[in-house]
Amino acid sequence: MSNVRLYMEFFKGFWKENPVFRQLLGMCPTLAVTTSVINGISMGLAMTFVLVSTSIVVSIIRKIVPNQVRIATFTIIIATFVTIADLFLKAKFPPISKELGPYVPLIVVNCIILGRQEAFAKKNPLHKSFLDALGMGFGFTLALVILGAIREFLGSGSILNFQILGGWFEPWVIMILPAGAFITLGFLIALMNVIDQRLRSAV
Amino acid sequence: MNISARMIIVLTVVCLFSGLSLVFVNQCSKPQIEKNAVDTTQKAVYKVLPNVKNIEKVVSGETVIFKGFDKDGEHIGYAFVAEGNGYQGNIKIMVGISPELEKLIGIEILESVETPGLGAKITEDEFKCQFKGVSVSPEIAYVKGKEPEKPNEIETITGATISSKSVVKILNVSIEKVKEILKGKENRGEAKDE
Repeated sequence: MSNVRLYMEFFKGFWKENPVFRQLLGMCPTLAVTTSVINGISMGLAMTFVLVSTSIVVSIIRKIVPNQVRIATFTIIIATFVTIADLFLKAKFPPISKELGPYVPLIVVNCIILGRQEAFAKKNPLHKSFLDALGMGFGFTLALVILGAIREFLGSGSILNFQILGGWFEPWVIMILPAGAFITLGFLIALMNVIDQRLRSAV
Repeated sequence: MNISARMIIVLTVVCLFSGLSLVFVNQCSKPQIEKNAVDTTQKAVYKVLPNVKNIEKVVSGETVIFKGFDKDGEHIGYAFVAEGNGYQGNIKIMVGISPELEKLIGIEILESVETPGLGAKITEDEFKCQFKGVSVSPEIAYVKGKEPEKPNEIETITGATISSKSVVKILNVSIEKVKEILKGKENRGEAKDE
C-alpha cells in the first residue's frame, strides 16, 4: 500500500500535477529556451538537479528552520545549487551554457522550485520529498522536450539537429520565435484537457 | 531557545555552508572556464586565418589583435574581434584580414542574438563566405537583391537587411580602428629604431 503511495508521489509530476501543463509554473524558461530539443533537455536536467538537491536539503533541515526565515533559507539553498549548476555547465558544456544564456542563473527565481519547497519538502520526510522533486523535475523536462521537439520540427525541420525534412520544406519561422512557444503551449494544454475529460467521463 | 537567536543561528549556518561549497566549486571550475574562453577565441582565429600555424598577441588597450604566421614564419594576416550593435543586440565577430589591411580573409560570428531564421543567417556559411577576399578600401559596401559587382561589395540577406548592414558597419568601424592602432604602433616602432 505504502509503495503505491510512493509511486504516486513520483508519477504525479508527469501528468496530474505536471508543473508546466497543469500548474502553469516556470513559464519563463519553458517559453524561452524550447527552440530545440537539446535546449529543452539541458534546461530540464539543470532544473531537475537544482530541484532534487534543494528538496533533499530542505527536507533534512525542515525541523530546525524557524518559520519566519524559511523563505530566506530556501532561497539561499536554491541559489547555491543554481550557481553550482551554472559553473558546471560553463566548465563542462560551454556550447550548451552559451545557448541557455541567462536562463540557468534565472532558475533561482523559478517558482516551481520554491513552490515545491513550500508545498511539499518542508512538510514531508526525505524519501517522499526526493521522489516528489524527481517526478516534478522529470515532468518539467518531459514538457520542455515535447515543446522543443514540436517547435524544432516545424521551425527548422529537424530533431536534435538531425535534418528530417528535406529541402522542399519551408521552415515555419514563427515556431522558433516567441509566438510559436505560446501557440504550441496553448495547443498542448488544450490537448491535455481534452484527454483528461475523456478519461474522466469514461470512468 | 529564543526564536531570534534561532533565526540568526540557522541563517548563519546555512549561509556558511553555502559560501563554503561555492568557494570549492568555483575553485574547481575556474581553470576550465578560463581555458574554454581562450580556446573559443583561438579556434576562431585559426578559422578566419586558414594556413596559420602560429599566432602572436598584439595587445593595445581594449583591442586585442592577433598576428598570424604560416608554417614558414611568414606573416599572413591579422585577426581581431569586432563588436557592435545588430538588429536585436550585440554582435561579436572575429575578423581575419591580410597583412596590408587591404583584403578580408574571413569572418566568424562569435556571438549574436539575431532573429532565428532571418537575421541569424549571418552565422551561416553562405553569408560569411562572401567576405572572403572582399576589399576594404575605401570601405565595405553592400548591395540588395543583386549580385555584387565591385570587389568591395557583398549582398545582403533577403529579409535580414538590418542584420547584414550591421555586420558591414561593425566591420568598417573596427577595421578603421585597427588600422589606426597598427599605424600608431608602426610609427612608434620606427621612432624607436632611429
